[in-house]
Amino acid sequence: MTTSLPGPASGQNATEHSAAESTEHHPDHRLFGLATFLVADGMTFAGFFAAYLTFRAVNPLPEGAIYELELLLPSINTVLLLVSSFTFHRAGSALKRDDRQLCRRWLLITATLGLLFLAAQLKEYFSLPFGLTDNLYGSTFYAITGFHGLHVTLGSLMILIIWWQSREGGRVSSQNRFPLEATELYWHFVDGIWVVLYGILYLL
Amino acid sequence: MTISPPSDFASTAEQPRWQRYFGFSTDHKVIGLQYLVCGFLFYFIGGALAGALRTELLTPISDFMPREVYNELLTLHGTVMIFLWIVPVVNGAFGNYLIPFYVGARDMAYPRLNAVAFWMIPPAGVLLISSYFLGGASQSGWTAYPPLSLNTAATGQVIWILSVLLLGGSSIFGAINFVGTILKMRRPGLQMMQLPMYCWAMLGTSILVLLSTPVLAGTLVLLSFDIVAHTGFFNPAMGGNAVVYQHLFWFYSHPAVYIMVLPAFGLVSEILPVHARKPLFGYTTMVYSIMAIVFLGLIVWAHHMFTSGTPPWMRLFFTIATSFIAVPTGIKFFNWLATLWGGSISLNSAVMFSCGFIVNFVFGGITGIALAQVPFDIHVHDTYFVVGHFHYIVYGGTVFVIFASIYHWYPKVMGRLLNEPLGQLHFWLTFIGLNLCFAPQHWLGLNGMPRRVAEYDPQFQFINQISSVGALLMAVSTLPFLINVIWSAYRGTVAGDNPWNALTPEWLTSSPPPEENWHGEAPLVHEPYGYGLKSPVSS
Repeated sequence: MTTSLPGPASGQNATEHSAAESTEHHPDHRLFGLATFLVADGMTFAGFFAAYLTFRAVNPLPEGAIYELELLLPSINTVLLLVSSFTFHRAGSALKRDDRQLCRRWLLITATLGLLFLAAQLKEYFSLPFGLTDNLYGSTFYAITGFHGLHVTLGSLMILIIWWQSREGGRVSSQNRFPLEATELYWHFVDGIWVVLYGILYLL
Repeated sequence: MTISPPSDFASTAEQPRWQRYFGFSTDHKVIGLQYLVCGFLFYFIGGALAGALRTELLTPISDFMPREVYNELLTLHGTVMIFLWIVPVVNGAFGNYLIPFYVGARDMAYPRLNAVAFWMIPPAGVLLISSYFLGGASQSGWTAYPPLSLNTAATGQVIWILSVLLLGGSSIFGAINFVGTILKMRRPGLQMMQLPMYCWAMLGTSILVLLSTPVLAGTLVLLSFDIVAHTGFFNPAMGGNAVVYQHLFWFYSHPAVYIMVLPAFGLVSEILPVHARKPLFGYTTMVYSIMAIVFLGLIVWAHHMFTSGTPPWMRLFFTIATSFIAVPTGIKFFNWLATLWGGSISLNSAVMFSCGFIVNFVFGGITGIALAQVPFDIHVHDTYFVVGHFHYIVYGGTVFVIFASIYHWYPKVMGRLLNEPLGQLHFWLTFIGLNLCFAPQHWLGLNGMPRRVAEYDPQFQFINQISSVGALLMAVSTLPFLINVIWSAYRGTVAGDNPWNALTPEWLTSSPPPEENWHGEAPLVHEPYGYGLKSPVSS
C-alpha cells in the first residue's frame, strides 16, 4: 500500500480501545442501519417523483380527463404530520428523563395525529373526481400517496406498539430506548417525504 | 450502549458442521458459503438454459423448441444469471465471508438481517423457475420492457416481478450490512485507507445498491399495477409512457453492471499482489477510481436508450459521461498491470483466471466504449454485438474472477489446496470456450443479426455454430472444476493456515477459521499489501 504509515497516534488509539473493547460486544449500530435503509426507501420515492415529473413534462392529459386536487385537506394533513414530528420528539425527550407517563401520553397523541392524517387522506380519496385507472395522473397520484399512506399506516402501528411496550415493566424504558428512537427516526423520515410530496403533487 | 451477538441463534456452533449450512445461521462465514453454493446451483440452471438456447441457434429455423419457449428460456437465462448467480455470489458470498475479516470484526454488523437477506434468495429462485411450469415464464427478457411485458402472458410476468422484488430486497439488506460493517465495525486503530481494496469495492457497490435498487423495485410495482390493476403508467394505449419505464429501469440496471463488476475489481486486487509478491500498485488511485465509477455509474443510464427517441442533448450528455468511465477503469487496469510488472508471479489457477479477467475485461471495455458512441450504437443496437459485449464483461470479467477467487480462497475455507493441473485445464477450457462463443457474436451483430430471436438469416449459420461449439466448451469446462472441488475436499494437499504467505487478515487465522474468526484478538493489519516490508502486522 502506498499511503503513509499511521503515526503513533493511531497506535495509542488502539491500546486505549482494546482495554474497553470486549471481544463479545460492540457499539449499537442499529440506528445507523435504519438510516441506511431509509436512504434506500427515499430513493423509491425519488423514483416515483421523477416518473411523475416526467409524465407532467411530456404526457398531455387526455381529452376530457379530470385531474383536479383540492388544497385544504392536504394542507391540514401537512400541519398534522409536522406537529406529530414535534410530539414524537417530546415523547423521546420524556423517555430520556425516565418520565414514562409523559412519554406514553405524547406517544398516544402522535399516534392519534397519524391516524387522523390517514382518515383525512381517505376522505380526500373518496371526494376526488378521478379514480385509480381513469388516467395517468390519477394512477400516479394514488400510487404515490398510497405508498406514502402505507408508510404512515406502518408508522402509526409501530407507535402504538411502542406505546404498549413502554408501560411499566415493558421492554421500552430509559435503558432500552432503541425501539422508540428507531420509530422516531422513521416517523421524521415519513414526514419529510410528505412535505416533498405535498410540494410536488399539490403545489406544483 | 453495547449489544451482544444474537444469542438465540448463536448456538448453531453446537450443531454438526454440515447441518449449519441448511439452517438460519447468523455466522457470516456460513452465510457466505450458503450464498456461494446456492449461486452455483442457479449457475448450473442458467447454464443449462444457455445450452438450450445455443442448441436452438445451431440452425436458422426454430426446430429445437417453439419460439415462445425460446423467449421464456431466454428471459429465465438472463434473470437467473444476473439476479441469482452473479449479484449474490460476487457480493453476498465473498462479501460476507471476507469483509468481517478485513475490518477485524467477529461478524457482520447485523447478523440476523444478514441471514434474512440470504434466505430471501432460494424462495425467489424457486418462484422464478416455477413460473415456467405455471402457464409459461415471462417472455419479455430480463428488461421486461412495456408494452411487450404487458402483452405477453400475465402470470409469468407477475411471478417474474415478485421474484425480482424479493431478490432486490435481499440485495438492499445485504448492502445495509456491508455499509454498516465497513464504516462502523472496523477494529480500533484500523483506518479506512488501510482497508484491503475489496472493502472499498464493496462500499462502492453497496452505495450503488442502496441508491438504485429501490428505484427498480418501485418501477416494477408500477409495472405490476399496469398488468394486474389495468392502470396505464407505461402503456401508451392508455396515455402512459413506455420510455419512462426504460429510464427508471436503466437507472437501476446500468449501476447493476457495476454492482456485478466492482466487487470483481476488488477481488482481483486482493489476488494479484499475493501471487506477484508485490504491493498493490496505486492504492489511493484505486480507491478514488472506485468512487468515481460509483458516481459516473449513476449518471450514464440513458446510453442504453439511444434508439428510444432520446433528444440530441441527452445523447450528447450520456455519450460523454459514459466515455468518461474509461478513465477510472483504465486507471485500475494499469494498476493491475503495474502490480504484476516485475513481480515474481506464480502462474497458478487463481492468477490465470485473474489474468484471463484482465484480457477479457479490456476487450469488453473497448466494445463498451464503442457502444457509448451514438452513431455506432444506433447501428448495432439490439444486435448480437451487444450480446457479445456484455458477456465479455459479466462472464469474461466477473465469472472469471469468481473462479479465480475460488482457487485463491478454497484453502482458507476447506484447509486443502485445489488440484493445479485440473485448475489449469478448467482455465483453458473456459478461456477458449468463452472467446469462441462470444467473439464471433460481435461479427454477427455488425452484420445485422438481431438478438433475442429464435430464427435468423441462413447466411449466419456457420458463425452461430462456432459460437455454439464455444458454449459447449464452456459447459464441459465446469466438469474438471466440479471434480476438483469435490476431490480436493477429501484428497487435496493440506494447505496449512497460510499457503500463499498472504498478509490480508483472513490468512492470519486457522484454516478453516474458528467460529468467531480469531482465537484471540483480531490482528491489526496496517499494510495488507506490504510484501517486502519488515512488519506489516503490528499486533
